[in-house]
Formats: sequence, C-alpha cells, structure tokens
Amino acid sequence: MKIRTHADLEGLRAEGDALLHSARPRICVGMATCGMAAGAGAVFKAIGEAATASGLDVMLVSTGCIGCCQQEPVVDVRMPGQGRVVYARMTPEAGERLIAALSAGELPAEHAMAVIPEPGSALPEKPQGLSHLPRMEDLPFYKKQQKIILRNSGRIDPRRVEEYAAAEGYTALERVLLHLSPQETIDEITRSGLRGRGGAGFPTGKKWDLCSRAPGTARYIICNADEGDPGAYMDRTVLESDPYAVIEGMTIAGYAIGASEGYVYVRNEYPLAIERIHHAIEQAGELGLLGDNILGSGFTFSIDVVRGAGAFVCGEETALITSMEGGLSEPRPRPPYPAVKGLWGQPTVINNVKTLASIPAIVAKGADWYAGIGTEGNAGTVVFSLVGKVANTGLVEAPLGLTLDEMIHGIGGGGLDGRQVKAVQTGGPSGGCIPASLFHLPIDYASLSHAGSIMGSGGMVVMDEETCMVDVALYFLRFTMAESCGKCTPCREGTRQMVEILTRIVEGKADPGDLDLLEEVALWVKGASLCGLGQTAPNPVLSTFRYFRDEYDAHVNERRCPAGVCRALVRFAIAPGRCTGCGLCLRECSVGAITGEKKQPHRIDEALCARCRACYDICPEGAVEIAR
Amino acid sequence: MPLIASRDHPPAGAVLARLHEIHSARGYLPEADLRTAAQDLAVPLSQLYSAASFYFAFSFEPRGKHTVQVCLGTACYIRGGDRLEEKIETLLAVRPGETTRDGEFTLETVHCLGSCSMSPVIRVDEETYGRLKVDRVSRILKKYRPDGTGESSVEEQIS
Repeated sequence: MKIRTHADLEGLRAEGDALLHSARPRICVGMATCGMAAGAGAVFKAIGEAATASGLDVMLVSTGCIGCCQQEPVVDVRMPGQGRVVYARMTPEAGERLIAALSAGELPAEHAMAVIPEPGSALPEKPQGLSHLPRMEDLPFYKKQQKIILRNSGRIDPRRVEEYAAAEGYTALERVLLHLSPQETIDEITRSGLRGRGGAGFPTGKKWDLCSRAPGTARYIICNADEGDPGAYMDRTVLESDPYAVIEGMTIAGYAIGASEGYVYVRNEYPLAIERIHHAIEQAGELGLLGDNILGSGFTFSIDVVRGAGAFVCGEETALITSMEGGLSEPRPRPPYPAVKGLWGQPTVINNVKTLASIPAIVAKGADWYAGIGTEGNAGTVVFSLVGKVANTGLVEAPLGLTLDEMIHGIGGGGLDGRQVKAVQTGGPSGGCIPASLFHLPIDYASLSHAGSIMGSGGMVVMDEETCMVDVALYFLRFTMAESCGKCTPCREGTRQMVEILTRIVEGKADPGDLDLLEEVALWVKGASLCGLGQTAPNPVLSTFRYFRDEYDAHVNERRCPAGVCRALVRFAIAPGRCTGCGLCLRECSVGAITGEKKQPHRIDEALCARCRACYDICPEGAVEIAR
Repeated sequence: MPLIASRDHPPAGAVLARLHEIHSARGYLPEADLRTAAQDLAVPLSQLYSAASFYFAFSFEPRGKHTVQVCLGTACYIRGGDRLEEKIETLLAVRPGETTRDGEFTLETVHCLGSCSMSPVIRVDEETYGRLKVDRVSRILKKYRPDGTGESSVEEQIS
C-alpha cells in the first residue's frame, strides 16, 4: 500500500499508535550497538523464551538507545492499566523474573530505575508498590536534558515506520510538500537558527540557500554519517534508533534545494547502523514515502547508502565527496564549497546526521519554537557523548550553555570509582584538553574555543588522575599521523615529527630543547596544513602544553610519569600484605612475569614485566602498586 | 543496483561499492577480481588500486575466518584497550594486521567502534563486547575457535 493522502498517513499513525499503546504488555529492550555490547541480546532472548514458556502474551520490541548507556542493558516495560517502568542493568535471569512478575499482574521492583508517566493517562503517576521510584526526567542524568534529536531514540521500534509516524513523524514532510514552497522551507530553517551539528556550526538555512541558488544540472543532498571522532557515537545512535527521522530530514532538504537524490555516507565500522538505515529506506520506498510523487505532491526523491571503508579524513566534506566519486579520499581546498560545486561538480548540501534529524522536529513545531531553545546565536540542542573515566557514561542532549561542571559532575556523577577528574577532552583529535580548574566554563562554541579546544562533534572524554596527559597527546598524534591522507607535507611529515618527539618524552629520552621543538612544529602544522585534519592536529599537544606543562616537565626533567602510565617510567610491584594469592594476575599476565604459589603472595619479575598494567586493573584486592 | 552506480552518474562512483562487494564475497581483494572490476567500471586499474590500498577496510591477502577488532578510540584507550590488544596478541600469537596460522583469526586495531560508553570494547565479526578486562578475553575468543568451548554467549557476562 502506498501512502498518498493525509488519510493514508493517519491510517499509518493509527497502526503505530496501536503498537505504542498496545493492550498487551510492551517490553522494549535497548538493542543499539552499546546495549548489545552490554549483553542486551541475551536479555532479549531470555525474556522472549520466558514469555513463550509462561504463555504470557507480550509485545517484545528491540529498540535503540535511550542514552543512559551506563545502565545498559535497559528494559522499558509498559503495562496496560499500571504504568511504565524502566529497568536498568538487566540480566537474563532478571528478565525471566520480570516475566514471572508480569504474569502475576505486577511490575517488579527488582532492577527498577525509574517510572515514565504517560501524558494524559488517568493512572496514578507511579505504579503500585513502586512509589519510591523517581520519574525518569527527575534522575540527575536526565534532569537538565531536553530531547529533540534523540526524541524517539529508545522509544520507538526503529524497524517500524508506523511507530515513527505515530510519534509525529512525517508531520513536517506533509507540511512542507503540501503547504510550503522550497524557498519558504529554507526560510523556515534559517529562521530557526539551526546550525550544523557536525562540529563546524555553519547555519543550515544559509547552506541550503547557497546550494539552491548555485547553477547546476542536478543537486544532491548527502548525510554525513562518517562519524570518525573517537569518543563520539551519537550519529550511530540516531541511525540505529531513529533512522526515519534522518530520512524525513533528507527528504525535506531535497525538496528545499531541488534535489532528487540523496546519499547517506556511513562509516564501515557501523554495521548495525547501515543495516537499519537500509531497512528504513526500503520500507519508506515501499510505502511511497520515498520515490515518485511523495504524498501526492509530485515531488520525487530517492536515497541510497554509501558504505565507507575506514578513513577518518572522509568526515571532511570535500574528502567525503572524492571518496564517493571513486577516487581516494582526499580533501581539496575550499572555496568552491560543496554547496556550489560538490558531488560530480554539482551543487550539494552535506549535513550531519543530527542536523538532519533535527529538521522534522523544527518544521513540525515551527521555527520560533526551536529558536526559543538555547542561547542567543546557539539555538536548539546539541548531543554530547559523555565517556571515559566518568561514573555515568551515555548520551546527553541539552541546549548549549550548561557548564562543564554541570555536565561532568552533575549529569556524569563525577569520576569513575570515586577518583578525581583531571580534565575533559572535547572535540576528538581536533580538540583539546580542558583542565578541571576551568569546569566553570559554559559549554558553547566560543568558550571552548577560548579555552583552546572545540565543540566539534560533541565527544567528551573524561580523564582522571590516572590518565597521563603526555600519553594522551601522543595517542592523538599517532591517530592523526595514521589518518593523514598524505596529500600535503605539513600534515604528513609534521604529525610524524611530533610523534617522534612525544615518543622520546614518554620514554624518558627527551631533553628540555625537545619541548620547544615540539611547540614549534605544532604551530607550523597548524598554520600550513591544507584541511581541517592537519590544521587541528596539533591541538591536543598545544592544549596539554598549556594546562599540563608540569606533566611534560616531570617526564623530561625528572624522568617520571606522575599518572603512572608511561611504561618506560613506571615499575610494578605486588604488596605482599594485601595479596591473597588468588592467582588471577598470574593467569592473565601476557608475558609470564608473575610467579607465586596458591594462597601465597605473588611477585612480579621486573626484568620480564611489560608494564602493561593488566594486573593492576584486575587485582580484586588492589595489591598491585605502581612506583611512578 | 545502488543509485550511485546508475547510468546517470560517472561509473567511478561505483568503485567503493564494488570493492566492498568483492571483499565480502571473497574475504579479500584478489588481483583477478580487481582487473575485472576495472574493466567493468572503465576506470584504470591503477585508480582502483590506489583507492583500495587507501582504506583500512580492504585487504589484498586472504583473511582469517573471524576478524577480531580491538577498539583503540580515546575512551577505550584510556580505559585499557591497549592491554586488551596485548592480551589478544599473546593469545593468538599475531600482530595487528596478521592472521593466525590456522586461518581462524585476523587481528585488527580500529580507531573507534562507536561504543565508547562501554569502553574498552572489542568486536569479533559483527558482535561487540563491552566493559572488558583482560581476564574475559580468552573466554570470548574460545567461543569462536573450532571446538567452541569458551563463553557460551557474551550477553550472559554482565559486569
């Protein structure tokens, strides 16, 4: 059946609504890649089998990610007549007990994290016996969040377009195709103040406008899902959790700029995202929501997926285009910008996944609504990925302007295992490290840039006292050295030189002159590289230099690594008093450096020890000590 | 047929899709297949080769039955991804990029698998394992060995 009219669309919504508000218990298991990595697959299987065995008629749904990854595997249960409860850190056994409780007509308290009251429901806000639970939106992790981009993530079945439609999906496309001209659509986006969510923050409406006015025989829209920044995974989450939002956003963009073809360029490392967006495109095509005469408007638009092949530089828009055209993935100088001369030389809009997922919400609720969220010049919300040495990892969507402290200590709950947070690294390999002394700063483009970092794609990697900042700088430079496409000399050779100097430093072989040399090379690479990859590659060095000079000095002058990370500068030993002789470290030591009898204190042979820290990580007694 | 490979577009647009197709069918990029593809797409073999050799995803040598990817993204790195890598190197007796002698495993390091909240993570084929410490690695790998006597299912291991 094709969806051609408003009535057809309403019919689709009714189907979706019947699923979302099923008369059967609806059990949603978060099964994005992060959930799967935490073991959601086994939980899903156990719940399904238990339900079949007990004869309980449930609707078991595999959804995307609700953001609080720390609590994965997460199971969200809606029990008709009782309410909706979110269960955290689920296990297969707890899943079986959940089914037993539901069969007895109860929502169990075990593993229950929060309730989600349904708007307009006549039921008491909290189900019987669960009045002690907080509301989901009141949890410290969610309190300051506002979801626009992630509005459907973890809520709807990403394989069912009818659930997307029931969650206000396709309201925007209908409005645009039937009531707005392409120019009016562009004006609406311009008025909303939406800026590109990929990192650079270019005004989206302006980009569309430039493209629509550029001469060409065809126009294209590309969704940049080549999310390469390590530490950032929100684009993957959106594609896995709410692919239709991206499709609807692309279709609206296509209509606005006069394109009939769109491409989603997805990283090769995201197989599940590729599978889900493929499926969604297929389903939308079958229903006529892609293809010819969409919603009876006469507008034709198709989308295809391009699978990347593992090259970080492809995230740069001109490199992404050369990759699609079949060449190497090499950037070229701008201007001309892709909006004027892009794919196959034609005007092309390249927008990030999150930018495109924002579009349907903006058009459905109106530009003024969106412009009213956030701060002056920074409308709307941004998604951050809060990861690393932080208690609560996950995705956080909020308007710009929260302070780093609210993000890391408030939402993130502070350091991992109660350790002191030392810094946060923002913006991936192009960004920098901001020390805890500056956590009063608000998170916005200007403040982060002033502090020597960038917003970038929203990755926030928290680092604690056991993270060595020199080692982190070396890590990033190795990354950019490996990912440099090699076209321009400053980036290709400069990153290599910086890696060599930093390697001398972490090995305790540097002399004080190396620090000046490192800074000099860094400034040259920054100033003389062709594209963003090279121009920003020195940022991790420059920012750690600025804030953690003492750590560099300790490595160079005292041959000491204060964090106890750099292998040439640390020694490991087992404290005999605390070692119980459990043998775990002995079994796991990769180089056989640990010896000892069962139940007797073990020893590390320093001559054999690779100083990999594995024993320190796994010792249940904390008996391994690092001399730094 | 993918949209990008349609007649309306320059044939080179199909290069990436074609390389993926060969790679997933054969497990690597054999020279004969590259020569055929170059002819079909009317692109010089040198261009095809330069593209194929540029990307991390493509290999010119046969690979193991299973691919083990150790994530070395920032979050995984600072939470011990490099220790997992060393452990796997010891267990499989290979370095990244190499395949075990019995042809079972190819080891790779990757720059980010996008599961940063579960760091450190590894992926075997298409299954991702998170919140790892070195002591779980050997059980996971065993599951993929021909005798398959390791962790019965990764999902059962919830920290």
